[in-house]
Amino acid sequence: MKRNKLSYKAGQFLMFAGPAAFLFIMVVIVPLIYGLYLTLTSWDGVSLSKPFVGLANYQAALADTEYWQALLLTVIYSVITVVITNIVAFALAYMVTSGIKGQNLFRAGFFIPNLIGGIVLGYVWKFIFNRVFVSVGSAIAGGATVPSLLSTPKGALFALIFVSVWQYAGYMMLIYIAGFMGVDNSLKEAALIDGCSPSKAMWNVTIPLMRTSFVTCIFLTTTRCFMVYDINLSLTKGDPYKSSVLAAMHVYNKAFTEKQFGVGQAEALVLFLICAIVGLIQVYVGRKGEVQA
Amino acid sequence: MTSAHTISVRDKAPLSARIGKILLFILLVILLLAFILPFILVIFNAFKSMNDITANPMAAVGAHGFTLKNFVGAMAKMKFWTVLGNSVIITTCATILTILFSAMAAFVIARNPQWKASMILLTAMVASMVIPFQVLMVPIVSVYGGLFGILNSRITLILMHVGFSVSMATFMFHGSIRSNIPVELEEAADIDGCSRWKTFWTIVFPLLKPMIATVTVIDAMAFWNDYLLPSLILQKPSSLWTIPIATQQFYGTYSTDLGLVLAALLLAMLPILVLYLFLQRFIVEGVTSGAVKG
Repeated sequence: MKRNKLSYKAGQFLMFAGPAAFLFIMVVIVPLIYGLYLTLTSWDGVSLSKPFVGLANYQAALADTEYWQALLLTVIYSVITVVITNIVAFALAYMVTSGIKGQNLFRAGFFIPNLIGGIVLGYVWKFIFNRVFVSVGSAIAGGATVPSLLSTPKGALFALIFVSVWQYAGYMMLIYIAGFMGVDNSLKEAALIDGCSPSKAMWNVTIPLMRTSFVTCIFLTTTRCFMVYDINLSLTKGDPYKSSVLAAMHVYNKAFTEKQFGVGQAEALVLFLICAIVGLIQVYVGRKGEVQA
Repeated sequence: MTSAHTISVRDKAPLSARIGKILLFILLVILLLAFILPFILVIFNAFKSMNDITANPMAAVGAHGFTLKNFVGAMAKMKFWTVLGNSVIITTCATILTILFSAMAAFVIARNPQWKASMILLTAMVASMVIPFQVLMVPIVSVYGGLFGILNSRITLILMHVGFSVSMATFMFHGSIRSNIPVELEEAADIDGCSRWKTFWTIVFPLLKPMIATVTVIDAMAFWNDYLLPSLILQKPSSLWTIPIATQQFYGTYSTDLGLVLAALLLAMLPILVLYLFLQRFIVEGVTSGAVKG
């Protein structure tokens, strides 16, 4: 039978999977390996020579205090954003699944921020923070000019968290809605008939059954937060005084602005490893106590 | 009689519950307005003159009335039609290629899981989904800018978009083929002498429609809004820029001219908002099923 021949199999495989495999290898696998090599060189981005420097870039990354500051800030930003986003998203999902009039309209409306890219959203909010809030705040303060939130380090971090929560909440809401829909109503009703209060039924029946939704949402928000760049660039640009530079922006600046490609690449890899470990822990913890319904 | 009965039952619903519903509805309306307030304010102010915006950004119409001047200026300065065209071409081509290539790959992998190549490719693709773009951006610029010199081309960007998104899409199509498409259908075609290639396009691919819709929504939105990759690939000339790049550059140049900036932001948002008006249910469903399955 000709179908057992290796040439037939190879032909079939290449015919169907060839284009996808080729592009995938060229765009992901080759750069990944080449990137590992780059971390061992002191390439400046222009010259053809890439002097081999061993692990010096990793040492430089470890000694780069700005990098660790950016990482710390990213962790603070991520933890707060993940917690608030998920609380808001869950609350929104709960409200729009309670059988209220026009719930599809509400769902569609809360999702709108996710349609638009971070660059545009950041500039929209920059206008709101710098002009609208300042104008409204000054009017409330009775004429005295109120400074923009974006002009202080804490305010800038707050603004980044605020805008991220505003954007991601609508997206995570959709996942929580799917979770609510997946919970068998009869289980909740049984609990209520047995004398369980509605809030207890929520805590002890509905929420445990929605564990997968929580795991998915927390994982998605965490990975997004760790890698956020667009909103950081457009909303604060790292200002004031580089105080709001998150990890991804620091890596970008290191490589493309300071032209230290080897160090930048090493820092990107460290960032990725941290992100991957956090993700794995979340998935592991999330799977461990999964409830079978 | 029955309908009258149900109505009377509904009327007996406790007053507190009905008031609760009404309060919840009002709360949701307020929340929704707060959510979209930034967009409303951009729309209001994009039609005002600079002085009116600074005087009172909360007013719907400025003291000097309604003006289209900002839009005329923004359209010309950000080369709106050119960058819109670029965004449309790049998003459309990359989405179509992603769907075709990943459905094809998923088919051969799903039907021949015992092949080593299938297993290696699928494993590599799934594992690669955790790699953030920041890890790949420097080598990409180095390899394709330095060694091959093929940056500043829309085709390069399209192929890179496809390369980045095939792994997720292949994974999703793979699941869909394995669980939703019976092998018996293909066996029947096989016996009738239909080649695998033809079987795929005439029988399997059309049955993948729901998943095609999901992948289209997810990837088209991702390509349309992506900034970092396009900004690295399409640096010059400015006639190659996509909407996010043009917005970013425009802001850098004209940030002091508020009216102009707001008009540009509104122009940048408009295409997808208009599309959302018509395809709202489709987009929401696509995003939900993509997030839950992926």
